[in-house]
Amino acid sequence: MISIDINRALLGSHGAMSLSISLSIEAGSFVALTGASGSGKTTLLRILAGLESAQGTIRIGSETWLDDRKIIAPQQRRIGFVFQEYALFSNMSVEENLHFVANDKVLADHLLEITELSALKQRRPQSLSGGQQQRVALCRAMMNRPRLLLMDEPLSALDASMRNKLQQEIALLHQEFEMTTIMVSHDPSEIYRLASRVVVLESGSVVRDGSVKEVLLKTSGSQKFAFEGELLEIVTVDVIVIAIVAIGQQLVEVVISEQEAERLNVGDRIWVSTKAFAPIIG
Amino acid sequence: MLEFFNTIVWTPFLLSFKLAGITTLLLFVCSLPLAWYLSQTHSKIKPLLEALTALPIVLPPSVLGFYMLILLSPTSIIGTFFKDVFDTQLLFSFTGLVIASCFYSLPFMVQPLQSGFESLNKRMLEASYISGKSQWVTMFKVALPNMKPALVTAVIITFAHTVGEFGVVLMVGGSISGETKVASVAIYEMVEIMDYTSAHIYSAVMIAMSFVVLLSVYIFNHRQRYRVGGMPS
Repeated sequence: MISIDINRALLGSHGAMSLSISLSIEAGSFVALTGASGSGKTTLLRILAGLESAQGTIRIGSETWLDDRKIIAPQQRRIGFVFQEYALFSNMSVEENLHFVANDKVLADHLLEITELSALKQRRPQSLSGGQQQRVALCRAMMNRPRLLLMDEPLSALDASMRNKLQQEIALLHQEFEMTTIMVSHDPSEIYRLASRVVVLESGSVVRDGSVKEVLLKTSGSQKFAFEGELLEIVTVDVIVIAIVAIGQQLVEVVISEQEAERLNVGDRIWVSTKAFAPIIG
Repeated sequence: MLEFFNTIVWTPFLLSFKLAGITTLLLFVCSLPLAWYLSQTHSKIKPLLEALTALPIVLPPSVLGFYMLILLSPTSIIGTFFKDVFDTQLLFSFTGLVIASCFYSLPFMVQPLQSGFESLNKRMLEASYISGKSQWVTMFKVALPNMKPALVTAVIITFAHTVGEFGVVLMVGGSISGETKVASVAIYEMVEIMDYTSAHIYSAVMIAMSFVVLLSVYIFNHRQRYRVGGMPS
């Protein structure tokens, strides 16, 4: 069990705010941390790693990492951290990057095999693709057999197929090493695939916390589909009123009533939902 | 021609190189922790330390020389210590020159090292800490190997700058042949006694050597920068 109860003044992108988080995380679980940029996700991760200071307490199992009297250095926490921008040691080969953490050749070879990097182990990180570099970083983070693995948007710089592959590898490693994993991510499909719990941060506080389905499935009651979007324009064609809505990368047209049209303004965040219909998936 | 060259006394050059070599070595060892500290700290005393370190760049050598004379005099704390423990006098001696040169060339070692450390990817250093490695191990195994151009610049420029030192050396060391008479002082004396031929030869050698040294540094740094697939790093 990891219990976190911390406070920290932050200068976010929207001015000063305070990061105030109280969470307990079951050992061995996979938690996704999500929320708008500047909400404090990365800072929370860095505080957990001991890379930044905070007031409050952090306890993991029977150990105290942070309280009024002491702060345990990152070196003593036995954790793994995967940075968004890989942060590999560029003066060392792939293999040396792993051996630097712990001189455990068996483990290093095993990790490189799982991530299909065995053939590249003599190469320097700079000569690898982004996906390969992030796999090296993932392997490196596993080398001290961490109790807690922290990942800060590890896959955000990669393309979709590479993301899928790495998601599988992350799931595999999470199971094999029986560690607690906390991952910052913006990708709902990624969170759905990997995490069992989602914590949503907003301006330094937890605003939602629950199972992936509870938090991420955007439907309520008998709705079958519900999408959040931005109202771009309302057009009247003859007698019908049409709203143009941007949902993700897509633009859709929705017929609305005149009464609805009066209530809505261009630029509003709106929900488009429907109840009974048979969708065609092609 | 060869005979003519044989008549030149090379001792001042050798002395200059010996002084520069020892100074560079000592400064490298002392500056590493200082430059590392300055690059990593957010402490309020950082600007103070940076300003103190940079002082020798802007001060006239005579100011530094004057205080060195006082600091190293036989009646000062340092002077007394050296007299009691090593039975040696610092003023007008090679040891005194080394101490003075260390102060004089300090910024030329600290500043390139510090900016080298600062240019490193912070996440890379943090990854090392998370891997359980101390700051020392991180500095030697991760930071230094990834900033070779800064290392070469720091070492070579400190060496060259110490060879080119004149005012402080003259004030603290005087001109004792084989002990404190380095090349720059020798040239000054040659000009004073109007021995322009020797002054020309000495000066030409200094220019040629300095140019070759600087050229090598720039070529090395240029190659390092464009080493990996033409990507500037």
